[in-house]
Amino acid sequence: MEQIIQQLINGVSLGSIYALIALGYTMVYGIINLINFAHGDIYMMGAFVGYAITTFLGLGFIPSLIISMVACSILGMVIEKIAYKPLRNSSRISLLITAISVSLFLQYIMVYFVGPETRTFPNVLESNRITFFDGSVILDTKNIYILVITVILMCTLQYVVRRTKIGKAMRAVALDKEAAELMGINVNKVISYTFAIGSALAGAAGVLVGIYYNTIDPLMGSGPGLKAFVAAVLGGIGLIPGAVFGGFFLGLVETIVSAYGGSVYKDAVAFAILIIILLVKPAGLLGKNVKEKV
Amino acid sequence: MKKKLSAVLSMVLSLGLLAGCAGGATSTSGGGTSDTIKVGVNYELTGEVATYGVNLNDGVQMALEEINANGGVLGKQLEIVTVDNKSSDTEAANVSTRLATRDKVVALLGPATSGNTKAASPAAMQNKIPLISGSATADDVTVDANGKVRDYIFKTCFSDSFQGVMMAEFALGDLGFTNAAILADSSSDYAQGLAKAFRDTFAANGGTLLSEEAYQAGDKDFKAVLTNLKATNPEVLFVPGYYEEVGLIVRQARELGLNVPILGGDGYESPKLTEIAGAENLNDVYYSSHYSPNDTAENVVAFNEAFNAKYSKSPDAFNALGYDMGYLLKDALERAGEADTEKLKVALEETDGFEGVTGVLSIDDNHNPVKSVTIIEMIEGVPTFLKKLDPK
Repeated sequence: MEQIIQQLINGVSLGSIYALIALGYTMVYGIINLINFAHGDIYMMGAFVGYAITTFLGLGFIPSLIISMVACSILGMVIEKIAYKPLRNSSRISLLITAISVSLFLQYIMVYFVGPETRTFPNVLESNRITFFDGSVILDTKNIYILVITVILMCTLQYVVRRTKIGKAMRAVALDKEAAELMGINVNKVISYTFAIGSALAGAAGVLVGIYYNTIDPLMGSGPGLKAFVAAVLGGIGLIPGAVFGGFFLGLVETIVSAYGGSVYKDAVAFAILIIILLVKPAGLLGKNVKEKV
Repeated sequence: MKKKLSAVLSMVLSLGLLAGCAGGATSTSGGGTSDTIKVGVNYELTGEVATYGVNLNDGVQMALEEINANGGVLGKQLEIVTVDNKSSDTEAANVSTRLATRDKVVALLGPATSGNTKAASPAAMQNKIPLISGSATADDVTVDANGKVRDYIFKTCFSDSFQGVMMAEFALGDLGFTNAAILADSSSDYAQGLAKAFRDTFAANGGTLLSEEAYQAGDKDFKAVLTNLKATNPEVLFVPGYYEEVGLIVRQARELGLNVPILGGDGYESPKLTEIAGAENLNDVYYSSHYSPNDTAENVVAFNEAFNAKYSKSPDAFNALGYDMGYLLKDALERAGEADTEKLKVALEETDGFEGVTGVLSIDDNHNPVKSVTIIEMIEGVPTFLKKLDPK
């Protein structure tokens, strides 16, 4: 029993990280139908920005989180302007290939500048242990921070998309880009905002992961990036609640697989889930089957 | 067929050599002119594993310079030919061929890693020149896949599996534990070798293995497997692997309240281990290593001081291994009586009780050393010399 509760805690902490990265994926896909494979690397950049701020400027957790989010949103907008915007009317495959190139570019530009070795993230969050059942179940306060921040960011995002003017514009662009333009919406601006918000979430995830695992390296984005992609597809790509659901689901599945002795196969299971979903219910578990516009 | 081919190859090579040497001094026994003995040094001085190669090379150079300053070997000075293999397999093989055929060295020292050493071996075998590696720990460096010993290849560091054996004996004998769990890196031969040796030795000497889990290099989240291991209540955890994952494992184990001793091998050797795991979590962690600068043995202290004076830093395990290799070569040359590759090979095979700074060393039938391992204990994140453990 204690073991099951402990594993649930492990799974939820892992899942909240996946969920946070998946949110950015799903937003960008929802608006311009682009699977932004560079998203995981923006998350890596966020971790490095947070590292630089806490190590060299000595700032605390909240300022580094905010600065890292701002830096990543600027980076996201720049990437969109330079790499994706010129290709907006090209085929989706060329956008996809560009996204993969941007991902590799970010990874190796960082290897070039900061070196390939692992760095340790400073311990800026007080880590206390809360124990239950005579110490057999342990909950780290870092887990609570990560979960709470994930939930706050998700609620903010949901509020922005549902209740604000820019959110309304985003939904309009997602529904029909040309019609939205005819109604006087500046599509370029909306797409820019989408990238800014999505990348800011990735930046926050980077800092949180840096604190949680306390190690960062330039190639850290590719693994979680792919997992977040699986999570987004699992929940229904383009759907914000779907990304959250998919993230937590994937975190729990991986933990359960490890708990039953299959730790070596946990990545295989994650990608097997992706294949099964794409075969059985391509719209995702929370998605509705909509006919593709022709 | 293979023999024929190598015979033809060596004929071609020697023809080329004769042509190259025409008019020059001819030295049939190999190993330089009449008043020097040529020693080839083949190290990773640049490239991705350059830190190992450079540190080993520093140790080797220091030993050889000392030997020359003290009158050389057999009345001759050592002539050192150092070539960088750029951390690449192909380059290591090329360098080895060049040193063996063009420079006609009496012995080849290096490379540092097991992979590069294996790549450099065929040239040494074909030219019948002893190759000594001070740091290639893979089991199959000196012995091929069929269990046949590679005649001219030697190593002076213990093998991967040997560390597993010694740590199992340490857990049973010195720490007095009877049950253990293993968490091994399934993506590395090194970790698998250690895990297998530990498993076999631990079970053969009356210990019980409660559970065994695996992870893969690059994993960051170990909490699920650690929760599993914790549920079996092991007295000790054996975690063969490299410091990056081990650091995270130690930290996450302590965060989950798994406070049992953790044992491992020389993959723990890095200041990064303390950074990643956090000093406060790094207690009760023991690993086997080649050398500790805190060792109080007389020759180790002397080596430390001399090294400090020369390079103004304290030596690490690779410096010490390189240094020992230099002196082992001197010792073997003296026992061989002349700078002849064949006699040197026999002398190396007969090495018994050579006293180096990394321990007393004898060469066994498989050209591997039988030597003591150094056990390092982590106290508040500081690697501390605990003891030297001799093989049974």
